[in-house]
Amino acid sequence: MAQILFYLFAAFTIASAAGVVANKNAVNAAMCLLLSLVGVAGLFVQLDAYLLAFLLLLVYAGAVVALFLFIVMLLDTKSRASASFKKLPMFASLVAFGLLLAGLGTFVTRGQLESRPLHAVPALGANLKLYAYQLFTTYLLPVQVIGFLLLIAMLGVIVLSKKYDGPEDA
Amino acid sequence: MFDFFFQLHPVIQGTAKGLAVILVIFPFAGACSLAERKVSAWMQGRPGPNRAIVPWIAWVPFLGKFLQRLGVFHLMADGAKFLFKEEPLPGHVNKLYFVLAPVVAMMPAFTTVAVVPFGAYFDPAGRLIPLALANVDVGLLAVFAVSSLGVYSLILAGWASNSKYPFLGGVRASAQLISYELSMTLSVLPVFLWINAPGQPGTMSLVKAVEFQSGAGLHWSGVWFGFLMPLSALIFLVSLYAETNRHPFDMAESESDLVGGFHTEYGAFKWSLFFVAEYSHMIIGSGVFTLLFLGGWNPLPGLPLATVAGWLGLAGTPLLVALLSLAVFLGKIVFLLFLFMWVRWTVPRFRYDQVMKLGWQKLLPLSIANLVFYALGIAFLERG
Amino acid sequence: MAVIPLVRPTLTLLERTYLPQIASGLKTTLKHIFSPNVTLEYPEQRPAIPPGYRGVPTLVMDPNGREKCVSCQLCEFVCPPKAIRITPGEIPADAPTGHVEKAPQAFDIDMLRCIYCGLCQEVCPEEAIFLQNQYSMSGYTRAEMVNHKDRLYELGGTLPDSHHKWDKKLAAEKSGPAH
Ligand code: SF4
Ligand code: SF4
Repeated sequence: MAQILFYLFAAFTIASAAGVVANKNAVNAAMCLLLSLVGVAGLFVQLDAYLLAFLLLLVYAGAVVALFLFIVMLLDTKSRASASFKKLPMFASLVAFGLLLAGLGTFVTRGQLESRPLHAVPALGANLKLYAYQLFTTYLLPVQVIGFLLLIAMLGVIVLSKKYDGPEDA
Repeated sequence: MFDFFFQLHPVIQGTAKGLAVILVIFPFAGACSLAERKVSAWMQGRPGPNRAIVPWIAWVPFLGKFLQRLGVFHLMADGAKFLFKEEPLPGHVNKLYFVLAPVVAMMPAFTTVAVVPFGAYFDPAGRLIPLALANVDVGLLAVFAVSSLGVYSLILAGWASNSKYPFLGGVRASAQLISYELSMTLSVLPVFLWINAPGQPGTMSLVKAVEFQSGAGLHWSGVWFGFLMPLSALIFLVSLYAETNRHPFDMAESESDLVGGFHTEYGAFKWSLFFVAEYSHMIIGSGVFTLLFLGGWNPLPGLPLATVAGWLGLAGTPLLVALLSLAVFLGKIVFLLFLFMWVRWTVPRFRYDQVMKLGWQKLLPLSIANLVFYALGIAFLERG
Repeated sequence: MAVIPLVRPTLTLLERTYLPQIASGLKTTLKHIFSPNVTLEYPEQRPAIPPGYRGVPTLVMDPNGREKCVSCQLCEFVCPPKAIRITPGEIPADAPTGHVEKAPQAFDIDMLRCIYCGLCQEVCPEEAIFLQNQYSMSGYTRAEMVNHKDRLYELGGTLPDSHHKWDKKLAAEKSGPAH
């Protein structure tokens, strides 16, 4: 039962992720992204990581994709002819894809991951307290770095969107 | 008594629960729509809907007339009307999303019901057993997460309608919902700071929140969180109004400037689904507010369910205790629903810039300050 | 021009939270819930018509049962939306009211056109047409919405008359020349 559900959700997630890439219509792509996030949340639920699942839904599905949609609709991408692939980005993405594959390959073939039985894996995402504890101890540095990144991004947005009150405007 | 139910196949159990949710929420939401019309009528010095009557009930001498005046049959008339009306599908819409939007509107509404405990009873050992379809530890988070998906119905409806006013309504709604989600989440944090004492596994469970308001007698543990944290409750309530798109925050609909907002192009059954979804959101929002700030199924502050059940001599019969708790809980929800309507017919609609200003410049800093204050306060209390 | 400097009241912190205002508003609406209804339940309860009300235009008879309209067609000409259509007719000379000479053969008022302006009543030299208390006109067809002569008299009924102009004229004729 669990096995079947896992494959179902995994296939669903991957299919909708492919939909994100393949869809020309930006709204459809965003909806596919939403579906794929829901699929990932389903996978988390199967791992008993309810907390992660719901956080994913709350933050990404509930807010981030909604903002994507919002922007897509405001920009109205329909009127623009969809750009065909250019050489350089195509090349770059191929390289990135290759790197990703290589990385995954090494992970699978020579990874140090011993597959422990499921109950022995500490379910850090399952419990609010464990999760918070890990965030503030083991992963404190990444959290701080990401926080700074977000702060910088936010400041950048504020600077960019603020009206320039220089001599040109006056 | 209900043992046979728990021996059924899980799939059948799930289906039964789902059906139960639909069978309860739909009429409840319908009743809300009727209550809304009645309340608005009374506030405006009108009798409200009072005509429809089923012939053979009209023959009942006194009751028939009374029910007719109360307008209960309008409920049935409305339901039948929506079911049998022609389903218009305008030619210029995006068919898939246009049809999908009302369905998406219903989904979060029906899903969140599952994790909201609506009553409780005591097993022979005296432990509290909550009545909920799924009593998960992340209760509140689940409600927030799933209900935050409700915004897609508005966006999709607005966008798929492919027409100016619905689009504006959808855009407004999505911006508003995302803005107020922040203050809403922050406002409940003090409650969970309070509940999650050090040395215990952390929880976001709504049942736990109620248990912490179930103290007996003149003791602070019996005080509801609404009195302990009035500011939190206020911020939560205001955000709740904004999240459910109710007056004075009904930017999505705002019929005076947007015709009908996101559902302008909708009619018949699809429209009524939006309607039901709005009321379901109200019901669930009121339920969560009750659990968090109004003591859940405890009849009065300092007078928990257990005490009252003891007085009435119900302690031995779990079914009666469950019914009592359900009645108390429903009573509070009904009051909150009335408050929703009361406010709607009292307060004029905000302008959109006011809504944004209130959300980002007033409520958000206030809720952060509130959180810091309670964090410090609770830390101090636990130290001392 | 006098300039009135407007001093905006400085709001206290409490007032700026907007909450006391909302509370007082809630109090007001709550009071209204328990106050009696102010509406009429229309088909069963009818409003009291104030004097001078301008309802549906009707034709009236004088207390002797004589139709007052002499089909002078002034109302037809004055009616702004051209709602009135009159076919003049003669009263046979041997009829009791033969001296009046004329009466409408047909008198139609199209209530889909009438704007209830009351000009017909204003202009009528015979005080034969009145806008009375009837305020509700409804029908399923356009034809139903045209009031014919008999219907107009049925709606109008008899109104008191202090002049009895035609009776006086008849009496004067009978008693010979006045001058
Ligand atoms: S109703 Fe009066 S104005 Fe009209 S035709 Fe008759 S007498 Fe003349
Ligand atoms: S009330 Fe005015 S519009 Fe109506 S019939 Fe008389 S003159 Fe014409």
